Amino acid sequence: MAITQQTLAPLAAIAVTKLYGQRAALRDVSFEVPAGELVAVIGPNGAGKTTLLSILAGIQAPTQGSVVAPAGLGWVPQQPAIYSKLTVAENLRLFARLERVDDPEAAVAAMLVQTDLEDRADDQVSTLSGGNRQRVNIAIGLLAEPSALLLDEPSSSLDPRQRERLWEFIGELGHGGTTVLYSTHNVAEAERYADRVLVLADGELLFAGSPRELQAGTDADLDFESVFVAFLHERGH
Amino acid sequence: MRWLLLKDLRILGRSPLLVMLLVIYPVAIALLIGSALSRGPEKPKVAFLNLVPPSENTFDLGSEKIDVSKYSKMFFTAVEPIRVQTRAQALEKVRSGEALAALIIPADITDKLASGLEQPTLEVYYNVEDPIKASFVESTLNAQVAKANDALSDVVTKTAVSYLDLLLKGGQLNLLGQELNVMGLQKAKESMEKADKVLAPGSPQHKELKKAIDYAALAIANLGLSDDVLRTIASPLRVKQTVLKGSRTPLDAFAVAVAVTMSLMFVALLLAAGVLALEREENTFARLVRGLVSRLGLLLEKIGLAAVCAFGVALIMLCGTGLFISLDFSRVGLWVVALAAGAVGFGAMGVAIGAITREVRTASLMAFLLSLPIAFLALVPSGAVSSGLYDLIGVICAVFPFKSTLQAIDVALNGGDPGMVTPLLHLVALAVGFTAIARLALRRFE
Repeated sequence: MAITQQTLAPLAAIAVTKLYGQRAALRDVSFEVPAGELVAVIGPNGAGKTTLLSILAGIQAPTQGSVVAPAGLGWVPQQPAIYSKLTVAENLRLFARLERVDDPEAAVAAMLVQTDLEDRADDQVSTLSGGNRQRVNIAIGLLAEPSALLLDEPSSSLDPRQRERLWEFIGELGHGGTTVLYSTHNVAEAERYADRVLVLADGELLFAGSPRELQAGTDADLDFESVFVAFLHERGH
Repeated sequence: MRWLLLKDLRILGRSPLLVMLLVIYPVAIALLIGSALSRGPEKPKVAFLNLVPPSENTFDLGSEKIDVSKYSKMFFTAVEPIRVQTRAQALEKVRSGEALAALIIPADITDKLASGLEQPTLEVYYNVEDPIKASFVESTLNAQVAKANDALSDVVTKTAVSYLDLLLKGGQLNLLGQELNVMGLQKAKESMEKADKVLAPGSPQHKELKKAIDYAALAIANLGLSDDVLRTIASPLRVKQTVLKGSRTPLDAFAVAVAVTMSLMFVALLLAAGVLALEREENTFARLVRGLVSRLGLLLEKIGLAAVCAFGVALIMLCGTGLFISLDFSRVGLWVVALAAGAVGFGAMGVAIGAITREVRTASLMAFLLSLPIAFLALVPSGAVSSGLYDLIGVICAVFPFKSTLQAIDVALNGGDPGMVTPLLHLVALAVGFTAIARLALRRFE
């Protein structure tokens, strides 16, 4: 499918290439994410997942190509981007004000409930566990109620129980019409929670489709992770 | 930007160690410097032995009565005397290290001074185990001897001039309790001229008297010059001092300017570099610059925060120092301008460091490592190094804000040329330059 500037999708990459000197982190990557879809970007280390999300988030500019992203696109970086000397509520309040949210206090209260951090609202972030920090990190990305959300390895520092709650939460966002694109190392999570997966390797987009489509051409007895590895082997990665 | 500023202030408030460093440290330095400057340098301890019997402390020089003890007391303005009774005690004080030197006034000092024919000799013994202290006490004693010589010479000269005046113009002279009327050369010449008029022009008496009148005229003319000659001999060299470059700032006031500039630099540099690096260390930088605040806006916010804090601390320090040193508080408007310009200059340099280094610890270390040589180089006086090296130092100083800030604060505190305009414009240019470097560094390291 040819992606053009005229796409109606809220989130799209159009022939995006990113060079760091002579090294290509992304090569001619094109895709689009329709409204309300949950898309996982999977790939081995160094595939270009974080670079792709950074370009979509507007943090980096592509060397070639362009992206389509809605105003107020939510972004949750891989490492918690929060102030450890501020409390949970102070972090949320600060970013709500910077995002020019109409009612910052209401947005803070809603996010504390949504992330189940009400009882830790007045605790300094430095005292929180890695999982709770990640929840604050995600809450900040959702403060402005974005129509599309980018999450870079959102579950990487969470325990299984917290991970389950996170995906439940992200799933609800998708059902509510929010477009979600996330990167993950955990291909099982991609299989379980994503409507579609984008397979990146060495900066190339090798596959864009549903997990079932990725599995279709392989041995039916293999689990999704094995399918994914076999797919990469087939493509010389 | 307001919310970011408040956020940074809140984070600062929750970092007691940093606040202690930023406020207590410079204020403590201000108090120490003020205290040290108001006390002045410590006087060296000198064993003092006066061998002149108390009854022989005075001698007559013409009609003047000179008290030698008055001149020996001049030494005590610069040294702390340890009075001893014998030469052996004096030498022991020096050997034991209790005194850095011993000064012995000989018993014959009054006789020799009174005779006017012989120079009395003061004896000085030094302990040179510590060459710096020995050099200090030696200089101090030499300076005091020179002062005493000057004072005595002044008295002797005045006495000699008064005698010459008496010989020339005549008057009353007290000699051994008897009042004598001295005619004086001028009146003697007049008397001889009157006597000469009644003598026949060709007579031998007229010729002899004419010789005496001519001699008197010659003596009057030359004695009339002798006052100036004596004064010239007493002080053969006069010094005319003219300031060609820089201002005549008192040493203590300049020390205050240096101390305030140092504190301004440390607070602004460390804070600006640290708070910018913190945004990257906490990973919030990327989140902020994705449309919440521009990169330039973020830099200006950090410069503003650092400048406001450094300005406040420096002003407190200046006022604290003012408790010890006489500062002209009517110039406070100029203080504010100089401190603000310096704080902005250092703040801009700080964000450049923060943008390049990315981590708080590295930023702080780099700020420290850079600030000390910058301050040191800015204080190197001309003439202390070769002209080529001094020019190089001048170029290095010109690309950092320390020297301009020091000049601006010095002028604000003490006045003088060359005004504040040049250093202020220089600081503005440096602030713009460092902000541009920081902006480029943010792009380069993203």
